[in-house]
Amino acid sequence: MTSTIQQQHSPTELFAHALRHENRANPYPAYERLLQQPVVQMADGSWLATGHREISLLLRDPRISADRLNPQQQPIRKSLLLEDPPRHDQLRHAVTQQFIPRIMGMRDHIDTLVTELLDAHTSEQPGELDVVADLAYPLPVTVICELLGVPREDERLFGSLARRLTRGLDPVDTQTEEEIHQLQQARTELVEYLEGLIARHNAEGGSDLLAGLMNDQSPDGPMDAIDLRVTLGLLLIAGHETTVNLIANGTLALLRHPGLLARLRTDPDLATPLVEEVLRYDPPVQMSGRSALADIDIAGTTIPKGARIRLLLAAGNRDPRRFADPDQFLPDRADNAHLGFGGGIHYCIGATLARAEAQIALTALARRLDSPHLAADPPPYRENAILRGPERLPVTFERLLPDPLGK
Amino acid sequence: MTAPDAVTAPERIVVIGASLAGLRAAEALRDEGFTGELTLIGDEPYAPYDRPPLSKAVLSGWLSTDHTELPRLRDIDARWLLGTPAGSLDTDTRTVTLADGRQVGYDRLLIATGTRSRPWPAERGGALHGVHLLRSRDDADRLRTALVAGPERVLVIGAGFTGGEVASVCRDLGLEVTVTQRSGAPLASALGGVIGGAAARWYRDAGVDLRLGTTVHALEGDADGRLRRAVLSDGTVVAAEVAVVAAGALANTEWLAGSGLAADARGVACDAYCRALTDDGTPLADVFVAGDIARWPHPLYPGQLLRLDHWDNAVAQSRTAAHNMTHPPHEHRGHRPLPAFWSNQFGMNLKCLGLPALADQVVVTQGALDQRQFVAAYGQRGRLVAVVAVDAPRVLDGYGALIEAQGPFPPVLNATDGPDRLEPLDAGFPRTAPAAVSRIADPSAGHLPAPSTPLDPPAPPIQSTPSAESTPSTVSTPSVPSVLAGHE
Repeated sequence: MTSTIQQQHSPTELFAHALRHENRANPYPAYERLLQQPVVQMADGSWLATGHREISLLLRDPRISADRLNPQQQPIRKSLLLEDPPRHDQLRHAVTQQFIPRIMGMRDHIDTLVTELLDAHTSEQPGELDVVADLAYPLPVTVICELLGVPREDERLFGSLARRLTRGLDPVDTQTEEEIHQLQQARTELVEYLEGLIARHNAEGGSDLLAGLMNDQSPDGPMDAIDLRVTLGLLLIAGHETTVNLIANGTLALLRHPGLLARLRTDPDLATPLVEEVLRYDPPVQMSGRSALADIDIAGTTIPKGARIRLLLAAGNRDPRRFADPDQFLPDRADNAHLGFGGGIHYCIGATLARAEAQIALTALARRLDSPHLAADPPPYRENAILRGPERLPVTFERLLPDPLGK
Repeated sequence: MTAPDAVTAPERIVVIGASLAGLRAAEALRDEGFTGELTLIGDEPYAPYDRPPLSKAVLSGWLSTDHTELPRLRDIDARWLLGTPAGSLDTDTRTVTLADGRQVGYDRLLIATGTRSRPWPAERGGALHGVHLLRSRDDADRLRTALVAGPERVLVIGAGFTGGEVASVCRDLGLEVTVTQRSGAPLASALGGVIGGAAARWYRDAGVDLRLGTTVHALEGDADGRLRRAVLSDGTVVAAEVAVVAAGALANTEWLAGSGLAADARGVACDAYCRALTDDGTPLADVFVAGDIARWPHPLYPGQLLRLDHWDNAVAQSRTAAHNMTHPPHEHRGHRPLPAFWSNQFGMNLKCLGLPALADQVVVTQGALDQRQFVAAYGQRGRLVAVVAVDAPRVLDGYGALIEAQGPFPPVLNATDGPDRLEPLDAGFPRTAPAAVSRIADPSAGHLPAPSTPLDPPAPPIQSTPSAESTPSTVSTPSVPSVLAGHE
């Protein structure tokens, strides 16, 4: 049972309420209250932006830095996620040059992977599928491993690392001592793993993304060893811990809206707007962070130079000033300019890939599951508040049909 | 009895102009719930198509003109009268007469006839075979055919946006190109001399023979009437078999002569609600204007009428007009977009917000001019009025709110990729002398109504037309100065 939200709660209390694990399944009522003030200062001196317009502006504001870490938190080398121009632009350019050509024309391959994953559970009898463990997690992990050139059998190792590391993205005050200790250890293990991977890869070569980054012939030249390791780590973790939630959250929305599930079964074109609506209604990445390089006048207040800012993307996606009926799941809504992939120069590099994976996975589920129902609603959620999604998503069915297209 | 009763719901709506603005207006009218008879009239025989690709993907051969048709956002259930231009308008009887004599009545009319390329004068070689304009898909097909034939050299007259895009494609196709530009830099009237100076380097790095401060005196042909050479103002002669005239645009308003509307070669004046003004300045309740042809007062730019040759504006203004055409005056919306346009040339994406031509100063805020990736902010008397981003499109929107808020210039940004200290420069816009503005007489001038209160403009019109090669003509003098920001 979630605690109720009292009218008199301050934004700081509302935000803490939304972050509590017991409210993970539905932080949206707290967001709705927070939206009354689109930009607000928190008790710890940081700022919280919830309004769609305000977040959109801040994501694109030249007075904004992506580096929101405390000085004592600063890593040896920042990934492009935390890096600013011009270094950000060089790193991002190097990655997109390798990434984009490799994901073009991948839909058929993703389709094959989805088919194989579901074929393993094909059944003429009633049964149960854990959509997270059986589809939503292995699909993007397989794809990112293949893309990067990471051995799929390493998943056992870096999968747990990724999970522990992403917990470190959450606000520090929501983490336990034990978790913070684990985080340090996970970081060390990841560095060792990635360095070993790069060293071995160097010897073996190949045509994958990692090899491409190592052999980059562009004017800026190949990345140095540290940039390579940091970038590889980012892609690996991002490929692991985001799309899984998009597919799981999409499945959840479909099962809660049987009419849409039935529509998707017969109208595969629905998959495109449907996934956009999942990205709005229940985005895999709930918030992002920035800091102010200069005073920023916004929403009747001034975020001062040096302030750290949280951008609550998932709240902006429910802003009634931007979206009619924001709490309704409506794939047919026009002009769905959600913040699910962020915006501005840090807009998700993997957006196209994530969309394709989710569209194909959800369409296959709709076609192949006969009479699916949520075994638990809400399902159990992971601890993570920022990369938020179900821990497990057990779905019962009457039958799990073979691939209707007979591939 | 024909007195218009604009308060009653319209039963017949006629849209003149079947391009981007006309089509989007028709769709928006249906979105607004208009269920009556809807007629679209266009002078070209084609279904509405997209013009920006013509000077880019079509010329380069990536896209055929068959594939430029605009996507339909919804079914509009309209009567299409294509291939015949409108000939005249009678606002008393609410009748449009087509050039072939057919008559169409309306309860509400939308004027979206757009602009056309300023032609090269016939007496200076404009009729020679090999002299091209680039506005319609037929123009693009003809020019593409001429470029594929592999001319020894292409002459581009005007280094505005269209001229730059054409020159860029020509170089991509391996063709030799000479570009003439009246002012001291490409894009000078749109973006000023500082950014234009950077653009000059793009031209020259791409291998374009760029002749600045130079105009074409005459185009000359052989006995068969084929273009052979151009005589330039500096006396030099350039041998070329193909010339592309990219010298700005003229509004398609001739058909409105005698209509009583405030229309001239610069466009049709309307109010902020897109209602057409008569030549005594009274808004008509049943005639609306949208797109390239509209000139209207914008609250960000007081004291002048704004005209935007921009794709984004055509879409936004047609939607505002459609809303207002189907709603009573107290529910009308004003049209006050932040001007925005883009161009692709020499491998770069160029995007702009606001009106650079208003500026007195410019400052690079991110990147550097010689890096081919930068953002520059424009200021007018200490406030931010525009921003241009070269190969940095994702950062641009952040500046939009600062422009709308009329934020300070130079802006305090501390951008991580900005210079240590912002050093504003004179923006370097060519200031056209008043005499020069009306120097080029427009043949249509005689057909146009004179305004009832002719006044000389207090200052020369501020212009940022696609090309600086020639300036737009001032035919009938406006009661307020004109701001032109031209691009496709």
